[in-house]
Amino acid sequence: MSNASCIEARPPWRRRAPGALPLLAVVLVLSAAGAMTLGRYPLSLGDLLAFFGARLHLVSLAPERDDLLRNLILEIRAPRVIAAASIGAALSVAGAAFQSVFRNPLASPGLLGALGGSCFGAALALLLGLSWAAVQGLSFIGGLAAVALGVGVANAFGAASMITLVLGGMISGAFFTALLSALKYMADPYDQLPTIVYWLMGSLTGISLSQALTAAPAMLAGIAALLALARPMDALAMGEDEARSLGVPVGLVRYGAIAAATFITALAVSLAGMIGWIGLFAPHFARLVVGPRNALLLPASALVGAIFLIGADCLARSLVKGEIPIGIVTELLGIPAFLLVLRRSRRSWT
Amino acid sequence: MSGPALVGVDLAFDRDARTVLDGASLAVGAGEVVALLGANGSGKTTLLRLLMGFLRPARGRVFLDGMALESLGRRAIAQKIAYVAQIPAAPFPYLVRDVVALGQLPRSGWFGAARGTTRAADAESVDEVMERLKISHLVDRPYTEISGGERQLALIGRALAQGAEILVLDEPMTGLDYGAQLRLMALLRALAAEGRGVVMSTHHPEHAHWACDRVALLEQGRIGAEGPPDQVLTTAAIERLYGVKVEAIKTDAGRKAFAPLNLG
Repeated sequence: MSNASCIEARPPWRRRAPGALPLLAVVLVLSAAGAMTLGRYPLSLGDLLAFFGARLHLVSLAPERDDLLRNLILEIRAPRVIAAASIGAALSVAGAAFQSVFRNPLASPGLLGALGGSCFGAALALLLGLSWAAVQGLSFIGGLAAVALGVGVANAFGAASMITLVLGGMISGAFFTALLSALKYMADPYDQLPTIVYWLMGSLTGISLSQALTAAPAMLAGIAALLALARPMDALAMGEDEARSLGVPVGLVRYGAIAAATFITALAVSLAGMIGWIGLFAPHFARLVVGPRNALLLPASALVGAIFLIGADCLARSLVKGEIPIGIVTELLGIPAFLLVLRRSRRSWT
Repeated sequence: MSGPALVGVDLAFDRDARTVLDGASLAVGAGEVVALLGANGSGKTTLLRLLMGFLRPARGRVFLDGMALESLGRRAIAQKIAYVAQIPAAPFPYLVRDVVALGQLPRSGWFGAARGTTRAADAESVDEVMERLKISHLVDRPYTEISGGERQLALIGRALAQGAEILVLDEPMTGLDYGAQLRLMALLRALAAEGRGVVMSTHHPEHAHWACDRVALLEQGRIGAEGPPDQVLTTAAIERLYGVKVEAIKTDAGRKAFAPLNLG
């Protein structure tokens, strides 16, 4: 930590901008609208406005045009955009929460084994040929089981300090990754294995409007629960003793935040499979914009993550004739994005 | 000392089958500064953490204003005692203003302004604290980018914003330059003059001489000696505590210091 940094003028990206939240919200709305127009059958913004205008009885559309738009917008595009936005928001907020709670800028939903456990649960359901609802349910149970295992290992090795908790998460993650490999080995190589592997790559195809509309409010509820913990999580980010001395019930806040973050992670995984990187880099990007206070950071992370995943989905849909799994796109985009963020935030990590 | 406020009695603590503390008692009352001295690994931090209620003693009890500490809620304790940990680091670039404002958490609850006040009044009280500590110029600087001395002041600012009657500081002088150390001592004296109780651990006998009303020496898990610095901090005590021979020097102004007899 050099004193030289005190003297040099702060570059623009280090200024904190609470006004960035409304701006990000506008960008989200615009990118959502843009994503609705994009696809094999291009729509114009005018089509979108006409369709929603017709729903509000402001304009009238020819019946066949209305049917076409209804099918395209409500059945095909809206589920994807809603799913992309809510999954991006959920993974990013979960990442921001894990980073605060573990006081570790490199923490992400993968930490504590949440991702690995969720993937194992979902893959198990796919292997057993269970219903979509069961895939979601087992994914959630798997995520929570992995976190419980990680926390259990940490507790078994004395006081659940930061390091033992991270180690517990690594062990739990490795365990569930091994189980996942075992499932892949057992899967029918002509039928089940491709399904599992494809699903693990992360994809927004096949999400119905009702699935998206059921999962989104649940994810929002998880995000709201984390927002309620914003201030005590700030104290916790300063240190355990610091938080205790400020009257924060450390165990309650930490495990409450872990449970809520795991809940929304598992929901995201069960909806779309493994979508990496976003939970790591989006919170960092948000932190550069609004600073580390969770009351601003969590909503900003949600917006950044939603915008990023909508954008990634647009690329996944339009880069090639068919479709690239979105997980591949987020990894490819996420790495340079994270490098950029790393370059700009590393000074504060020393 | 107008009645002790924070009292630890006969505290014992073991870590990994090793006895760290074995019957240490320490008290701090309103309006006094107490120094806790001891060799490295003598258990100073453990004793302070026991006083804060962060650790559960194997034996002994801690009382806050006559009430058993374990009978009080974490938040009730936080409204009375503030804690400044040793070399506190922050992984995220919170602004100094945010760090100081966290001190209002015990009174404000998790969502907003302190009870009976407004956000504006809260912000104003943060400003007042920062002005008092002469760190107003740091208000919008990230905590991760200021010097160790400035961080220490930000954390003391947080303790003041907490409105605590008792401050527990774990080696607050560590890493501070000489001037910052002397200024911090003056500040602690001023806080005591306002009626606050301060207890701090330190590695420098001079700090006890210059800034403290009482000093306690932690030896073999107990308080080996305790009292006014002049009586307790003798050359013999220094030799016993640290295994070095020193001579005592008295300045013209009557302040006491130590110098090594030989460095060979």
